[in-house]
Amino acid sequence: MLIHVRHRTRYHYEQPVKSIIQALRLMPRNHEGQYVRRWQIDLDHDGTLRPGEDAFGNVMHMLSLDGPIQDLCLTVEGEVDMQDTNGILRGTCERFPPQFFLRETPLTRADAAITEFARDLFGRHGGNALKTLHALLATLHLDMAFDTEPTDTSTSAADAFALKRGVCQDLSHVFIAAARVLNIPARYVGGYLMRSDEAIHQEAGHAWAEAHIPGLGWVGFDPANGICPTESHIRVGIGLDYLGAAPIRGARLGGASEKMAVEVTVADSHLDSQNGQDNQIRWQRPPETARQASQQFQA
Amino acid sequence: MAFDEMRFADGGIRPPYAEVARWLQGVTSAQLERRRAEAELFYRRGGVTFAVYGDAQGEERIIPYDIIPRILSGVEWARLKTGLEQRIRTLNHYLADIYGPREILKAGIVPEDLVWQNPAYRPEMAGLAVPHGIHIHIAGIDIVRVDGDDFYVLEDNARTPSGVSYMLGGREISIRLMPELYAAHRVAPIENYPNELLATLQSTAPRNANKDPIAVLLTPGQYNSAYYEHSFLADKMGIELVEGSDLFVRDSVVFMRTTEGPKRVDIIYRRLDDAFIDPLVFDPGSMLGVPGLFAAYAAGNVTLANAVGTGAVDDKVVYSYVPDMVRFYLGEEPILKNVPTWRCRQKDDLAYVLDHLSELVVKEVHGSGGYGMLVGPHATGADIEEFRQRLLAAPANYIAQPTLSLSTCPAFVDQGIAPRHVDLRPFVLTGADGIRIVPGGLTRVALRQGSLVVNSSQGGGTKDTWVIEDPEMPEARA
Repeated sequence: MLIHVRHRTRYHYEQPVKSIIQALRLMPRNHEGQYVRRWQIDLDHDGTLRPGEDAFGNVMHMLSLDGPIQDLCLTVEGEVDMQDTNGILRGTCERFPPQFFLRETPLTRADAAITEFARDLFGRHGGNALKTLHALLATLHLDMAFDTEPTDTSTSAADAFALKRGVCQDLSHVFIAAARVLNIPARYVGGYLMRSDEAIHQEAGHAWAEAHIPGLGWVGFDPANGICPTESHIRVGIGLDYLGAAPIRGARLGGASEKMAVEVTVADSHLDSQNGQDNQIRWQRPPETARQASQQFQA
Repeated sequence: MAFDEMRFADGGIRPPYAEVARWLQGVTSAQLERRRAEAELFYRRGGVTFAVYGDAQGEERIIPYDIIPRILSGVEWARLKTGLEQRIRTLNHYLADIYGPREILKAGIVPEDLVWQNPAYRPEMAGLAVPHGIHIHIAGIDIVRVDGDDFYVLEDNARTPSGVSYMLGGREISIRLMPELYAAHRVAPIENYPNELLATLQSTAPRNANKDPIAVLLTPGQYNSAYYEHSFLADKMGIELVEGSDLFVRDSVVFMRTTEGPKRVDIIYRRLDDAFIDPLVFDPGSMLGVPGLFAAYAAGNVTLANAVGTGAVDDKVVYSYVPDMVRFYLGEEPILKNVPTWRCRQKDDLAYVLDHLSELVVKEVHGSGGYGMLVGPHATGADIEEFRQRLLAAPANYIAQPTLSLSTCPAFVDQGIAPRHVDLRPFVLTGADGIRIVPGGLTRVALRQGSLVVNSSQGGGTKDTWVIEDPEMPEARA
């Protein structure tokens, strides 16, 4: 299936910004079941975009812009040929052995509750890693309510698990923390999802997890949807947690306060033509990390 | 009975201390007291202070300075120097390896989890070609002696070691306050340290830098415990002392804001931990770093000294493998000894350690500065119990070592002149043009009787360290 993605991020600054620097992980790579037909990143200002790779082999562009800038629009647009692989990954870029992904991070630290939860599932599935992970997937999907309100990008797995609420990022962090407690290497994946409910316009990208099973290799798990990734999941970046795969991490000089609006459309290319027009812009608070990094440069 | 560097067990004087012993016989306690007071005044006037974390009594204080110099003979120094060079070459090989081809892991010499699970191992560095292949430009390797023959490495300190300003300050004081004693020796100079450091930094400039590369010293700011040293070194080297907000990155090149406009920066001597150097790559909440700095570094447009991720050798379990690394990378036998180390992550070692807590020193694998350690023989029963629980809860977080009877040197304390335990931190500089070590280093002294903890954060003091140049031994000179 050929999937068309358009991901637009608009910024509006209260005062003109002097300069902006961003690290972008916004470009998918090819692997089995995922072939990038075309992909481009566009800006409505003159700036430089240097392509490179990060630690995990994700494509990373460094964006530098000089102001004054009051409004900025970053558009990512492309088409990817997708095939279902039952969540099993082959031909991915691997820079580190699976054991590396046992490493704990502040966002994925398992507290006592997650540890107990994980060990309990493991015990109930006779110590079988794959069965436990599927149970983990189903349980998190059922028990954790989708809710954009209580969490943000800096919410830890432990906090989200205690709330029993969160977004795809939070569920993925909990999944990863629980898998690592059981000595199963796990990692975070950022990407795009073509939703089955035909909601073409979305306000964010998607996130899920991957775990490494001896004999099978890396396998995807999407706890927000309670399924393994399908041909609708376009994989863009991996990391130990959200921070390692974050689509945009940036800082700026000046600008005072910032407003940001994200619109993502993901659709079957053959059906997409009639849905091309923009929908209404919905401004939101910028992600926590971007806001923190920005502060130091404000007067 | 500890090895005393001045006196043999029978009371006779070891040759390097002949002049010091004679001088000590000739001075009165009142004279020594007056000199000590003058030394303290010197530090106070100079603003040479040190913040002790967790000390409720005040932000900064002066590290006590003991005016009786510590003496090393030219022969002792020559041997130590060769050992330090071997050690730092090995550690640089190891870092280039774990961030490169990973040969030592494939060979099964260092267990893989000591790399992959080590939080100081920075995946961002993997595959990165650092300028001139140097990772550790500046190391402050802690050395102890237990007898007249061997030097032991206690810690390698490959991140941002501090203390060199005390080494230089101590020398200034001893020349000023004890000119007669100083003149009676041929003391190898150390005053050239800032020049050696600058030459080292400049030699490691990126290959695309200007002919006269620009170096800066990046400090976390005035609230850092070593801020005095940062400003002191920048001043002595004649380079800018900057904070993160003084620098910016454009198109993967680092610039410094100056009154004459942006100026390109080629080398950053950074006294800022890895986690804080770039909020786009590391801790996103860091206000101290420079957004985009890591990308500039990865692009080969700036040198960071030290490189990112050098802390991977400061792990105390990794430390226990350094002798194996010397053999693996250099095919040589280690000149400096390692303190025997029980790895509590290993079952048998843990069992031994739990049975011998009252004899051993237990340290956190990632600890430093003398915080969070147990010195068994000096600990109370409650302390030992507490550590037993900690060890049982997270054995992999600890190592244990025998309680070394550190060598002693004469010190002027409340009780008069008495032996006190010491260690030595030589500063090892590695540039593209070789290794430089100014003779000696910072001697730290545990001023409390019987104490083995020399860390300044734990109430230790410092001493000037004199390496005596022997005309017969030209290699005694750095």
